Amino acid sequence: MTSYLLRGVSLLGAAPTDVHIVDGRISDRSSDPEIIDAAGLVALPGLVDLHTHLREPGREDAETVETGSRSAALGGYTAVFAMANTSPVADTAGVVEQVWRLGREAGLVDVQPIGAVTVGLAGKQLAELGAMASSAAGVRIFSDDGHCVADPRLMRRALEYVKAFDGIIAQHAEEPRLTEGAQMHEGEVSTRLGLTGWPAVAEEAIIARDVLLAEHVGSRLHVCHVSTAGSVEVLRQAKARGVRVTAEVTPHHLLLTDELAASYDPVYKVNPPLRTASDVQALRDALVEGVIDIVATDHAPHAVEDKECEWAYARPGMVGLETALPVVLSVLGERWDLIAERMSRTPARIAGLTGHGTDLSVGSPANLTLVDPSARRVVDPAELASRSRNTPYAGTTLPGRIVATFLRGEPTVLDGKAVK
Amino acid sequence: MIKHLRSAADLDAATATLILDTAGEMAALAGREVKKLPTLRGRTVVNLFYEDSTRTRISFEAAAKRLSADVINFSAKGSSVSKGESLKDTALTLQAMGADAVVIRHPASGAPHRLAAWVDGSVVNAGDGTHEHPTQALLDAYTMRSRLGRLDGLRVAIVGDVLHSRVARSNVLLLTTLGAEITLVGPPTLIPVDIAAALSPKTKVSYDLDSVLPDMDVVMMLRVQTERMQDSYFPSAREYSRRYGLDLARMRKLPEHAIVMHPGPMNRGMEITPEVADSSRSTIVEQVANGVSARMAVLYLLLGGKA
Repeated sequence: MTSYLLRGVSLLGAAPTDVHIVDGRISDRSSDPEIIDAAGLVALPGLVDLHTHLREPGREDAETVETGSRSAALGGYTAVFAMANTSPVADTAGVVEQVWRLGREAGLVDVQPIGAVTVGLAGKQLAELGAMASSAAGVRIFSDDGHCVADPRLMRRALEYVKAFDGIIAQHAEEPRLTEGAQMHEGEVSTRLGLTGWPAVAEEAIIARDVLLAEHVGSRLHVCHVSTAGSVEVLRQAKARGVRVTAEVTPHHLLLTDELAASYDPVYKVNPPLRTASDVQALRDALVEGVIDIVATDHAPHAVEDKECEWAYARPGMVGLETALPVVLSVLGERWDLIAERMSRTPARIAGLTGHGTDLSVGSPANLTLVDPSARRVVDPAELASRSRNTPYAGTTLPGRIVATFLRGEPTVLDGKAVK
Repeated sequence: MIKHLRSAADLDAATATLILDTAGEMAALAGREVKKLPTLRGRTVVNLFYEDSTRTRISFEAAAKRLSADVINFSAKGSSVSKGESLKDTALTLQAMGADAVVIRHPASGAPHRLAAWVDGSVVNAGDGTHEHPTQALLDAYTMRSRLGRLDGLRVAIVGDVLHSRVARSNVLLLTTLGAEITLVGPPTLIPVDIAAALSPKTKVSYDLDSVLPDMDVVMMLRVQTERMQDSYFPSAREYSRRYGLDLARMRKLPEHAIVMHPGPMNRGMEITPEVADSSRSTIVEQVANGVSARMAVLYLLLGGKA
């Protein structure tokens, strides 16, 4: 195993120092290391994404475990959690193990499969959660993401059942009857554009119900992609009462608003939809405050033909792995410890993922990423490593460039390029 | 002149007035023995219809033909569209055939905006989803101006299913631009959220038709689909027509000079009674005739004719 010396690196913005990497761990010395000039670069613990769609198996034309892993490594990630809405659905030990194995074979990030809560994401019957938990993939997070576990009785059972193996249900909070045919945030812009509205209350009502259910059965709940100011208030109250709830926000909900739909370009169509400027502000404040625990990408690659069409016919979702850290940097500024907390330590802790999200002290696993905060980059969809091009940031200048990423002491990205 | 007519918001007051004045000249033509102008000879207008709408298609077809354009009707039924061809591929096909203008009717809001990105010619929105129908607003404005002599300061009530109505959106935008005062009337379930902020801050909303009628110069009844009942927008057709339908008793509450409009097709007995629809205050048949003139004016001006 090669040793590395990161010369002059700043740990979370501190004064420059030298960091040695030996045998996959941070060390205080090394002999004959490969030297990486890290002057001006900031080291963060490797980022952890609790919400990624890798599309394999089923839609390998949009993304594969390998291309998605490369995209993640280039974004500074060392672990990603792959959502279950593949084809076939990741609702059995067989499918989650397949995804897990593909991730290990790609070897660019740790791919941790998320298991479906219900068979086929149909919301009728629990999937074999225990079998997925005890599979080689060791699933701990379960989600029907893309669909809400709308049946309150089923949601209660799921929350209770996973306690046996310290599992967590990650809910896509969307009351389905309130969002039938919904195309974008319900408000002034949807009225003007004649697009069916997705009311904020459809998210808030489910979160309110679920925190009460989680409280009632004493279980952990994780809320996916929180998008409204009202949801933030529901979460704030639940946390104040001591409910074991965590929540994520996506980079796009921290930056973009529903006004972008006015172009009718479905690159801006996403679920939950882009909201208003006041929602964006509330989400930013909640992220700083900790009412929202983490940033998760909801990286959702789609084939060109699924976006190059009428708004109503397009699939919702945006790619996000390669732009997440730059977007968060533009929103939070260079608050490195806060960024590490929201994008690495806390997501690893929520998932119970050991070896990630640890501080870069001697003896720790060398999962880290190096960022050049002074660089500016104009996002060019053609340059993305993802197999898909549906980024909402085309032509946008974003701060920060991910220069290198290390997974267990081996570089997955060097000089801003994937090593394989 | 603007290149596309995708929304009534594409029109400022001067442009809208130019179109209405031009429509007036076109209407004069209808009285002549030879109803045809050579203006668009050699130009190609495609009617690209993804929804059945015989009346709108015929109106555009008559408008283009009276201007001597070559007209191609491309209907979604029985074409490659039903085989799953994308809007983009259809657009590229029309582009390759040299369409100078594409008139599009489509069930998805915003389809004309997407189309305009893929063709070089002008795009005219002939109704997109629950978004807009700007030529309907132009013919309505033309009809009001012909009957009442002005638009500035005119008080117009638009009554019914505003939420799903492309006619209402275009009318609010255009009539506000031209100085009219709009009151939207309907059950709260059928009035979209933030409508005033979305379209025009001066727009008023009322849930009580009877209290609004005495102050109106124009009342425009919108078609209400009985399917909305199944979705609980209102309890029954009978209750709807009792509260928001225009019958003779309600019509008598209007000032003497006020007119009654409807974009068609009507549900007689639902939002409007036959006695009202066929009364001398009703402009419904006139609206159809004016539709051809307004659409002639739009095609003429968009395709570079001189006013």
